[in-house]
Amino acid sequence: MKPAPFEYQAPATLREAVDLLASDPEAMVIAGGQSLMPLLALRLATPSLLIDLRRVPGLDAIAIDDSGIRLGARVRWRDIEDDRRLETAHPLLRETIAQVAHYQIRNRGTVGGSLAHADPAAELPGIAVTCDAELTLVGVAGTRMVRAGDFFTGPLTTVRQHDEIITELHLPFWPSGRRWAFREFAQRRGDFSLAGIALFYGEDQEGRVANAHVGVIGACDRPQRLMEVEALLNGRFIDEGLIREAAETSARTVDPPEDLHVPAAYRRALVATLIERGLRSAAQHRSA
Amino acid sequence: MQVNFKLNGTPVVVDVEPRMHLADCLRDELRQTGTHLGCEHGACGACTVIVDGAAVRACLMLAVQVEGSSIVTVEGLSTEEALTPLQTAFRKHHALQCGFCTPGMLTTAHALLTDEPDADGDRIRAVLSGNLCRCTGYIPIVDAVLDARAAYRKSDKR
Repeated sequence: MKPAPFEYQAPATLREAVDLLASDPEAMVIAGGQSLMPLLALRLATPSLLIDLRRVPGLDAIAIDDSGIRLGARVRWRDIEDDRRLETAHPLLRETIAQVAHYQIRNRGTVGGSLAHADPAAELPGIAVTCDAELTLVGVAGTRMVRAGDFFTGPLTTVRQHDEIITELHLPFWPSGRRWAFREFAQRRGDFSLAGIALFYGEDQEGRVANAHVGVIGACDRPQRLMEVEALLNGRFIDEGLIREAAETSARTVDPPEDLHVPAAYRRALVATLIERGLRSAAQHRSA
Repeated sequence: MQVNFKLNGTPVVVDVEPRMHLADCLRDELRQTGTHLGCEHGACGACTVIVDGAAVRACLMLAVQVEGSSIVTVEGLSTEEALTPLQTAFRKHHALQCGFCTPGMLTTAHALLTDEPDADGDRIRAVLSGNLCRCTGYIPIVDAVLDARAAYRKSDKR
């Protein structure tokens, strides 16, 4: 449980951090370290150099305006939990992040770290994909934006180039009156969930579903939106029949892994149940 | 690498390899063995210490990352002569048997009650879910933390 030896640098600017990263193909970036430290301890990651972002300015702000919410890469779960503005500015984000890991980890774990690590069962990547968020990446060649839906390519795999550092996640504006839910199931509190779902929708004047977004975590090789379920919901009134139909469709469209915890069929059934509970709860609550 | 930080109020300087995590630094370099190490990969919570007011897992932080920080370990919670109200409550409720998880339980509960002296049973259980205990079944631990809240409310008003 001792990491293999590595060099360590804590540059004072983003530019320096990017240059250091570009200069060494075996270098890795560390911020809170709550995903990376276990990988180092188990020697699943053996970088030659760790580049710590702790001194890089401008990465720890939560900015809220008409375009939505910007989360700096070094914003911690605890910062999101403590920010009362998010109760109305993004209730789905706040509720979801409240379920990430344990108390001590929440004091260190960061937005950028979770996105870069890309665990298929992680909450923030799921919210980013469900909400059509955009990531900002800064590399030697400059800055680029990537849609969350295009960012994750598989378990612990993303389109991030080696020299790029995630600096920000932008979640689109959350209008008032949306209906939403987040549900996940883990065998023990704070563990990675076996599967989870996030959903939200608006309503037209008669109360039919409009602009439904439904995402899953832990049920595919990456966080994903369930377009078939969204299409099924849009333009319809939520009732028990539609909820069951949506649940069945979700179970059919996910592609869950078979692992040592549970068989794939269990995860399919779990997704269906979580979709059912999520839709029922969303139909009863509306955000302010 | 040389690292400077405050440990339980006293400035310390250590020379460590970059790969050394904070818990090994505290135990092996500074001989403060109150911080216990269970799993060494962030699963058990035994090594919890308080860094700049926040409870963190000392095995999930590198010693080189605490440059300039202020760290409180279980040794820093009480004086040599007297137990703190939290420690007294642990004793009163028999909230420990083998004692291996106890330093982590104490530092976690201390950080929690310092920030949230009115934490209810659900909140305490949610927070302590990050600390594994294999002896007591948690009930006396939660009882002890509930009992200790009064002391934190009082010190709040000072």
